[in-house]
Amino acid sequence: MRNVYFDNNATTQPAPEVVEAMQPFFAELWGNPSSMHHFGGQVAPHMEAARAKVAALLHAEPSEIVFTGCGTESDNMAIRGAAEALGRGARVITTRVEHPAVLGPCRRLREEGHDVVELGVDASGQLNLDELRAELARGPALVTIMWANNETGVIFPMDRIAAMTREAGAVLHTDAVQAAGKVPIDVRDTPVDMLSLAGHKLHAPKGIGALYVRKGTRLNTFMLGGHQEHGRRGGTENVPYIVGLGRACELAAATLSEERTRVAALRDRLEKGLLASCPDASVNGDRVNRLPNTTNMSFQYIEGESILYHLSDIGVAASSGSACTSGSLEPSHVIRAMGVPFTAAHGSIRFSLSRYNTGEDVDFVVARLPEIVQRLRALSPFV
Amino acid sequence: MWDYTAKVLDHFRNPRNVGTIRKPDGVGEVGSLACGDALKLMFRLGPDGRIAEVKFKTFGCASAIASSSALTEIIKGMTLEEAARVTNQDIAAYLGGLPEQKMHCSVMGREALEAAIENYRSGGRTRHVLEGKVVCRCFGVTEVEIERVVRENSLATVEQVTNYTKAGGGCGNCRPEIETIIARVQEELRKAGKQAPAAGRMTNLQKIRLIEETINREIRPMLQRDGGDLELIDVEGSRVVIAFRGMCARCNVAEFTMKDVVEARLREFVAEDIAVVEEKP
Repeated sequence: MRNVYFDNNATTQPAPEVVEAMQPFFAELWGNPSSMHHFGGQVAPHMEAARAKVAALLHAEPSEIVFTGCGTESDNMAIRGAAEALGRGARVITTRVEHPAVLGPCRRLREEGHDVVELGVDASGQLNLDELRAELARGPALVTIMWANNETGVIFPMDRIAAMTREAGAVLHTDAVQAAGKVPIDVRDTPVDMLSLAGHKLHAPKGIGALYVRKGTRLNTFMLGGHQEHGRRGGTENVPYIVGLGRACELAAATLSEERTRVAALRDRLEKGLLASCPDASVNGDRVNRLPNTTNMSFQYIEGESILYHLSDIGVAASSGSACTSGSLEPSHVIRAMGVPFTAAHGSIRFSLSRYNTGEDVDFVVARLPEIVQRLRALSPFV
Repeated sequence: MWDYTAKVLDHFRNPRNVGTIRKPDGVGEVGSLACGDALKLMFRLGPDGRIAEVKFKTFGCASAIASSSALTEIIKGMTLEEAARVTNQDIAAYLGGLPEQKMHCSVMGREALEAAIENYRSGGRTRHVLEGKVVCRCFGVTEVEIERVVRENSLATVEQVTNYTKAGGGCGNCRPEIETIIARVQEELRKAGKQAPAAGRMTNLQKIRLIEETINREIRPMLQRDGGDLELIDVEGSRVVIAFRGMCARCNVAEFTMKDVVEARLREFVAEDIAVVEEKP
C-alpha cells in the first residue's frame, strides 16, 4: 500500500540528519551542561551551537532563545509571564482563530480578572487591522497573534501588526509554530517581542520547543527552579533534543526556498487537481497570504471523519476540522470563525505537505479522492 | 483514530441497504447538516406485515453510517411492533459497541426508526415533529428525548447525556437544565425501585462504605496537603455527589481535581462506572 503523509501541520517526520545529530547525546555525551567538570564542559558548547542555529533561523541573538519542552509551553510561558509582568488586570488582545495553546492561557487570564479581547476574522480568515488599532488605543496590553494559522495556513500581516503594536507601546507575542521553517522570519524587520516555535513541526522530534524573547522584554519566570536558560526556565536542559532542534533549524534555513517553490507547487497541483475533479469543493481561507504547504478544502454534503477513514484505508493521512474527528460536537473554531456554512464546515479536510512529499503522492490523492467523495455523496441524504 | 470495532468499520466500509425506496410505507428523517449528522430511513411492508425492504441515506461520521446500516439489518423482517421495541443499545450491541462519545449515532438510528413508524401509522401525513420542550437549542434536543436516554441507558452525568444526544455539547447554556432532568429521572427510577444496578455485587451500603474508605485513604490526605478537603454528599447508583471544602472550594483547578483525582481513584477502588459530580453551593 502507498503511504502518503499529508498531515505535516500535525507533526512531521524527523529528518534523518536530525536523528543522526542527536545520537551522541544519548550515549557518550551525557553530561549536565551546567556542571563544572569535563563531562558537562564537553556538552555545553553543543547546546550553545544549537542555540545559535535556532537564533539564525529567526535572525535573532543566541541569548534571546530560551529552550522549552514544546510549542504549548512556549505559548504559556510567554502569555502568562508577560501578563504577570504587566500587572494585575492587564489587557490581553488575541484572535478567535488561535491555537488552543494560546486560547487556553488567555481564557485562564480572563478568569483571573484580565480583560481579554478576541478579534474576529473575515471569510478569508484575515483580521481587520482597524479593530486591532482601536483595541491598542485603549491602553497598555499584551498582544498575542499567530503568525500563520495551523488549520488554514492563512498568514497574518505580522509586519504591520508588529509596527502597530510597537507604536502603541504594547508587548507582542506571536505563535509561529506553523510558520517557522516554512516562511522567512526576521525579527529585525518584524519587531515581535516574543515568538514561539516547536521542534516537531519542522522535522525535529516531539518534546522540544523554543521561545524567542527580545532583549529587554519584561517576562516573569514561568518554570521556577534552577538558573538554567538565564533563570528564565528552570530544569536541566534536554540536550539531545536541543541539539536536534538546532540541526532542524539549520536544515530549515537551507530548505526555505524549496518550501516556497517545490512544496508550494505540489500543494497547488493538489488543490487544482481536486477542485477540477470534485464538484462542490472549495478552498477555505486566503489563498494568497498562506503557508506554502497547506490547503484546507471543503467537500460539501459529506462529513470529514468519513473522508479521513476512507483516505486512511488507501494509505493517505490528512486531518479534518469536522466535529466528529475532535471528539467535540461542533466543527473547528477556526472554520466557524470564518463563517463557513455548516454544509461545508463538517466536510473540511486539511492537507499539509512537507519537503518529503513527491509529485506521485499528489497524483495518487488527486486520482483516488474523487471516488471517495462520490461514494460518500451516494450515501448522503442531501445530494 | 477512534477505537471502532471491526464490525463498525465493516458496516462503514460496506454499508448495507443504502438508497431509497420508490414507494415507501414509512419515512423517517432526523438530524440536519448543521448538527453534523442526519439520517433518512424508509421501509416497505410485505403482505405479511413484516418489513420487506428498508433503505437509508446518512450524512455523518463512520459510526453514524455504521449505526444506520446496522439498524436496517436489525429491523429487516420484523413486524412494526417488534421494530418499535428496538433501542439504541440494540444498535450499539449489534456493532459490538460504540465509543462512548459516539453513542449519539445509535440514538439517531432509533429516532429515525421511530419517526418512520410514526409516519406509517399516521398514513404518511405527519412528519416527525419535535416532541416536548427544546432544552438544547444548539442541537434541537427536547426534554422528552433527554429523559428517555437517561432512563434507558441509566445515565448519571451531563457529559454522558451529551455523548448520547449531543445536548449540552454546543454553547453549554442548557447544562444546568440537563442536570435537573437527570436528577428527576434518577429520582423516579429510585422510587420505582428500578435503580441502575450497582457495580459488581455490592449492596448500596457496602458501596457507600467503600467510597468513604477510599476517600479517607486515597484522596483526602492529598487534598489536605494543599489545605483543601472534600465531603461526600450523596451516592445515587453510580453517581457520587461531593463538595469541595477549604482551599479546594476556591481552587480554579477543582474541576481537574474532581475528574483526574477523585473520580479516577473511585473508579479504581470502587467501580468502573462511577461518575463524580460536584455540588455547587
